[in-house]
Amino acid sequence: MGKSPARASARPLSRRSFVGYVMGGTSLVVAADLVAGAAPAHAVPIPSLPQVPELYDLNDFLTHCALPTSNLIAIHVDEEGHAHFALPRMEVGQGITTSIGMLIADELDLPLDRVHVTLAPARPELLFNQLTGGSNTMISMYTPVRVAAAVARKALLDAAAVQLGALVTTLRVKGGVISDLLGNTLTYGEAAATAASPTTKRVRVRLKAAADHSLVGTPQRRVDALDAVTGRKQYAMDLDVPDALPTMVCRAPDLNGTARSVRNQADVASMPGVTHVAIIPTGVAVRARTFGQCIDAVRALDVEWSPGTVVGKSSADILGELRKAQLPLVVPKLGASTVEAEFVFHFRSGSALEPNCAVADVRDGTATIWGGLKSPIDTQSKVAKALGLPQGKVTVHVVQGGGSFGRKLFSDAAIEAAHASKTFGAPVKLMWHRADEPRQGRVHPMTTSRIRASILAGSVISFEQRHTAVTTDFTHGLGERLTAEVAALPTGLANLTFSESIFTLTQELPYNFGVVTQLLNETDHDVRRFNTSSVRNVYSPEVRCANELMVDQLAKRFKQDPVAFRRAHLRSGIVKRVLERAAELGEWGRTMPPGTAQGIAIHKEYKGATAVLVEIDCRPETVNRKVRDAVTGPRVTKALVVVDCGLVVNPLGVQAQMMGGFMDGMAQALTYSNHLVDGHFLEASWDNSAYTRQWNVPFEFRCEVIDSDRKEPGGAGEAGVAASMAAVACAYARATGTLPKEFPINFHAPLHFEPKPFVPSVPESPVNGLDHTF
Amino acid sequence: MPKHTFQLNGETVTVDVEDDVRILWVLRDVLGVTGPKYGCGINVCKACTSHINGKAFNPCSVPVSAIGEDDEITTIEGLADTAPGDGLHPMQDAWLEHDVAQCGYCQPGQIMAAVALVNKVRAEGRAITEDDLDSIRNVCRCGTYSRIREAVRTGAAAMGG
Repeated sequence: MGKSPARASARPLSRRSFVGYVMGGTSLVVAADLVAGAAPAHAVPIPSLPQVPELYDLNDFLTHCALPTSNLIAIHVDEEGHAHFALPRMEVGQGITTSIGMLIADELDLPLDRVHVTLAPARPELLFNQLTGGSNTMISMYTPVRVAAAVARKALLDAAAVQLGALVTTLRVKGGVISDLLGNTLTYGEAAATAASPTTKRVRVRLKAAADHSLVGTPQRRVDALDAVTGRKQYAMDLDVPDALPTMVCRAPDLNGTARSVRNQADVASMPGVTHVAIIPTGVAVRARTFGQCIDAVRALDVEWSPGTVVGKSSADILGELRKAQLPLVVPKLGASTVEAEFVFHFRSGSALEPNCAVADVRDGTATIWGGLKSPIDTQSKVAKALGLPQGKVTVHVVQGGGSFGRKLFSDAAIEAAHASKTFGAPVKLMWHRADEPRQGRVHPMTTSRIRASILAGSVISFEQRHTAVTTDFTHGLGERLTAEVAALPTGLANLTFSESIFTLTQELPYNFGVVTQLLNETDHDVRRFNTSSVRNVYSPEVRCANELMVDQLAKRFKQDPVAFRRAHLRSGIVKRVLERAAELGEWGRTMPPGTAQGIAIHKEYKGATAVLVEIDCRPETVNRKVRDAVTGPRVTKALVVVDCGLVVNPLGVQAQMMGGFMDGMAQALTYSNHLVDGHFLEASWDNSAYTRQWNVPFEFRCEVIDSDRKEPGGAGEAGVAASMAAVACAYARATGTLPKEFPINFHAPLHFEPKPFVPSVPESPVNGLDHTF
Repeated sequence: MPKHTFQLNGETVTVDVEDDVRILWVLRDVLGVTGPKYGCGINVCKACTSHINGKAFNPCSVPVSAIGEDDEITTIEGLADTAPGDGLHPMQDAWLEHDVAQCGYCQPGQIMAAVALVNKVRAEGRAITEDDLDSIRNVCRCGTYSRIREAVRTGAAAMGG
């Protein structure tokens, strides 16, 4: 698509009336402004007393960042009557290709299976507006996509009116077939043939009323489900790019160590299947006919390594650094009137099941990249920089990803693949070995959260939280944009660091606790020391876990029931509603045997609210159950999520996100972490990193998506994590009668695995697989 | 290079590849059969779960030299052909009914493991229990676990006929 046409203000004429474009060309392509419907940033006042996210949150920020750089998104209707849309966002399992398709189908009156949503390649002209994060996709795309579809519908009807000789106002559409009052019909495909416009035209359209939607709000299964269950769904490593041979990297024993020299280069280069061996900035890359031969070559390499970035450090050292960096609490200790605690949250891997991977073909002064990338413009820029090429010489194709959870905001594998392809002079299909993912991949930063609440005359008069974290890396393409945008933020928000901005724009304690202060500090500002990322839900799981544990402590101090105490202190109507519904559905307060308990927690973010109620079993016979090579421990037997996430496009998709968010939150509370020992992380496999497995899953999981008063969608992708982690922690505290202060709760338990060697950097694949068939 | 012959999804295939290359890479890198996914390479994550002679196995941990020309390997691509009729395997239908997949990366392995588990439990003449479901080791990082449990039960009922 070319440059956007000159246009007047995209401000809507009414709430449902918008401006769009029929693009000049030989086929029907229509467009809408990507920021249609977003309120201008400067219109938002920030009074001092309510917390920032109540009035202006991260999603407003993400949406407003795009305003000065807005551009067009286009829908193409082909002569078969199918609609095509290249979404400038990344599908990683969160279901946006399905829900965006539903919006288009509804507005166009077209069956969902005739709407084809693909992923747009990097479009640098979109600047900030091609980043998938902050659960912002539905919030930011909801109106623009509908406007584009409405323009297409109008163009098709206008063309049909001419062909049928009928007044356009008398035409009706059903299932992509246009009919006039006499019963004459024309398909969208037939109309599309004459609907193209030689010049770009600006048109006004009126969006359908919610009552006229037939798909939006109904449960729809994923559009790619059949491909997923038949093995046809393709990820980056499944692409057939000519000559792109498997490539893997041998990495240093230390976190972020680098290769100085290879002592046996010729020997390894002559191993079966191996075509190339070379040092790249992150290690030694090997290219071979199969990944199996890459693994063998990586294991055979004899490399002289430079030390890493945290030589000799262990988790306890980092905890010491965090404690030194904690900002002071202001309200003095008032003896028995103070409730205070410090919580510690350990590093945990942010890896998806699909490892970091990308295909790269660098030749003749150009580079082409294929990968699951959530910040493709940033990838394009960083690959160009790595290769010394102009940005325009780098093409980045976005492929559906096998999960992300914040991980794919970074382009690590794409940059490595580009280096390897350039060095080898050959295309590569580069994939990380699993062992490298927890050891050298992106982690959620280690964090402490100190809270002091004060009680006076039967009321909570202050609630202070000091959150201290290892620096989170946010350099994935928000960087320059943010510098500019932060300065333009409403009064009182300027001059914050990037992390502090994200923290301030997301964290809200929705209780009336008098003076509330929540502050973030970071131990250092060197993002190269640890490889961090804004893992799903960023700061909220830790912040809210600490908050809700303290809320239970306060309730106990007041001798009140946790639900009654929360209800009395909540200042948000939508949070009260989800809390009350969860308490009702989950039979809050029912009698439970000793060693088992319920726990409940709430969270408000992404323009919505969640309440999670769980039941946990901490009895010895459960905690000590044995599963081979596994962490068992307390078992959550029942989980209930109640969510208000605004207007719901696809309730089935929202429920799926809540289930996934719950599995994350539970793992973070009970089992999932990385142990830093002597400068490197010990975990090197899925059996080492104890993310939720079937033996941890509740026997009963239920999610209710409640009818919201809001007419716009909220975010769902991350919304389930924080309250889930908090509810599990609260239930554990109630079942055991102890306040857990370090997470996951098993962090100091004896390791459940024998750490794999660090040299060679990856384990050998076993050969005894046939002994384990079933 | 040695030649290796085996049965793959109902067809006889022959590949030229070193003896010690694990079957996962023979499938993916040599034959272009990409349904089985890599998630660990050490028989832990189970993303590559496929069937050998009707039983679940993990091709990341079996060298190609360990199988003979009569051994039948079934990947997700060939699963539907192992069930009667022209449609999908009942377990795949169950997966669609419960809209199990999110990113989908682990799901071929999950489905192949589920079919083998149901067959094993049926051979023991009993119904699927919570303990059976707990024994599924396949990792799903999207956390679709509860829907997997429901789909296995639905698929088991349909397979029971």
